Amino acid sequence: MRVSGALWWLLPPLAGLLVALVCADLLILAYGGSPLEVYRLFLAGTWTSPYGIGQVLFKATPLILTGLSVAVALEAGLLNVGAEGQLALGAFAMGLVGTYLPPATPGPLAIACCLGAGFLGGAAAGALAGALKAWRGAHEVIVTIMLNFIILAKLSDVGKVFYLRESVHTPPIVPAAALGRASDLPLAGAAALRGSALNGALLVALGSALVLWWLLARTAPGFRLRAVGQGAPAAEAAGIPVGRQMILALGLAGGLSGLVGANAVLGYKHYYEEGFSGGIGFMGIAVALVGRSHPAGIVLAALLFGTLSQGGLAVNAVLPKEIVDVLEGVIILAVAAAAAVASGELRRVLATTGTGSNPQGNGP
Amino acid sequence: MSVAFLAGLLVQTLRISVPYLLAALGGLLCERSGVINIALEGLLLVGAFVGAVIARESTSALFGIAGGMAAGVALAAIYGMAVIRLRADQIVCGVAVTLLASGLTRFFLKLIYHSASNSPRIPALGSSLPLGASALVALLLVHGLLHHTRLGLRLRTAGEHPEAARAQGIAVAPLRWQGVLASGALAGLGGVWLAFDQHQFVAGMSAGRGYVALAAMILGGWRPFGAALGCLLFAGAEAIELQLQSSAGGLHLLAPGTVQAIPYIATLIALILRPRAAAAPQALGRPLDDSQD
Repeated sequence: MRVSGALWWLLPPLAGLLVALVCADLLILAYGGSPLEVYRLFLAGTWTSPYGIGQVLFKATPLILTGLSVAVALEAGLLNVGAEGQLALGAFAMGLVGTYLPPATPGPLAIACCLGAGFLGGAAAGALAGALKAWRGAHEVIVTIMLNFIILAKLSDVGKVFYLRESVHTPPIVPAAALGRASDLPLAGAAALRGSALNGALLVALGSALVLWWLLARTAPGFRLRAVGQGAPAAEAAGIPVGRQMILALGLAGGLSGLVGANAVLGYKHYYEEGFSGGIGFMGIAVALVGRSHPAGIVLAALLFGTLSQGGLAVNAVLPKEIVDVLEGVIILAVAAAAAVASGELRRVLATTGTGSNPQGNGP
Repeated sequence: MSVAFLAGLLVQTLRISVPYLLAALGGLLCERSGVINIALEGLLLVGAFVGAVIARESTSALFGIAGGMAAGVALAAIYGMAVIRLRADQIVCGVAVTLLASGLTRFFLKLIYHSASNSPRIPALGSSLPLGASALVALLLVHGLLHHTRLGLRLRTAGEHPEAARAQGIAVAPLRWQGVLASGALAGLGGVWLAFDQHQFVAGMSAGRGYVALAAMILGGWRPFGAALGCLLFAGAEAIELQLQSSAGGLHLLAPGTVQAIPYIATLIALILRPRAAAAPQALGRPLDDSQD
């Protein structure tokens, strides 16, 4: 029973990968390319060199954060499609705080201020959606999508006040707020990463995953949040203020997305630039689903999608990198469908073995 | 405010409301059958792309329209497969279908026209009036079908009380399939209008219209004429935006970002003001259990 249960739990991500691989082949053939040649280029640009590995980790860093963002909302039974707007607002706040901090601020304090600003910026956008859901019953999916459009449109207005002339980016942050590059570490082999943008933000992302795991699995607030996701009426009956949990969950989700700026603003470009995200927020949905909403699974899924985006760039000479967007949609669909099938099978397995407990939840 | 300004506003409102109305009516048929349709955005997009490509290559508006609708139906079939047949989560799959549409249209735009942003111009293929009028015809047809035919009654039962439909010996899954595929055809047609109206396909040209249409449908209480009113409201807000932008000099009271955000802000306000106990179909989003296949 145990073995077959674990198998059914692992089936969705594996099915997603398999279907994606078949679709990738079809698209490559449609474009007149050779799948083997494309896969060779793909591997050459990703896992076969220190630079490639550094770039994959660099691409995976923000995906861990948006994946966690979607997952924490899912745990409360909400789908956060607003990561794209939340991360823009957070990164903008991070860029501004980083720019206008006194240059003499000690490094750790400067970084903490920037991270705090990013978290709060994103959390404000998320909590607003949560509040509208809790007070007015407005569906969070439509609200977060609308907030994406509104935030991005308004940011370009507000940004103009701060942007450098003839650009769409803020002035550089003070050096104290910058996160170090991995290639500058005083370690043997670090120099091999030269050229890759991998930076300290990876630690921020991994730390967030650890904190979120602890919060959800080991604390009372985490339990209340998950209780709402398991069934709002039952949670309500048990005396849990459901509305407050929704605001908290989406606020936390927004905050995690808001930290994405650590990678681009603090670790890479050292300024906020309009449109830097390019869909990282939406990819968080795929990451959370493939990672089955578990922080460890999300880190692995982020590595997978980080590999996909970096590999997409590596094959762009022979194939449009848009193939990555197609595969992302295919993977979400396949995982969601396989999860539904697997959950049906799990229920059947549990029913026939007479186990009374509920099967593992399958996404929202 | 001059007469010309108001006349321009009216024409703009009607023009903008066409894709909203078509997508909203599609979403309505789908949701009344019990299936959430957040995929409208993607359906609009593939309709616009395939409609533009076929109309340009065949220089026939009719082929373009048929192609765009067929593309919408095909994408809706993928969605139906996932959510009706395999009972996957409808909201997650709706978002995925939209991502898929965005990726596929960009990929094939590069493959066919070697461009990351837009297709070449579609030559003028006759008046846009018949296509615009089709939205009005669709409104009357959907209303008639839903509220004055046996099929409509069954469709609504599938969305309200699938168990009751089943008890009367009505198979629910085929009804839901019809709702989902109809949404593909109507939203696909809406997409074709978008492409014809701008005389080309532009990557991401649906620009949130699918979600706005969905909000209009919710605002209209899942009823055809209510949804149409919602669409006119949003189209009106957008028309004001366009008129403000184009009226040279005079009206620069609002920042460009605010003007750009008007339709989305209007959607949010509508969702906030909507009374809580709205007329959503009772079984909306609930997959069928094994016995109802």
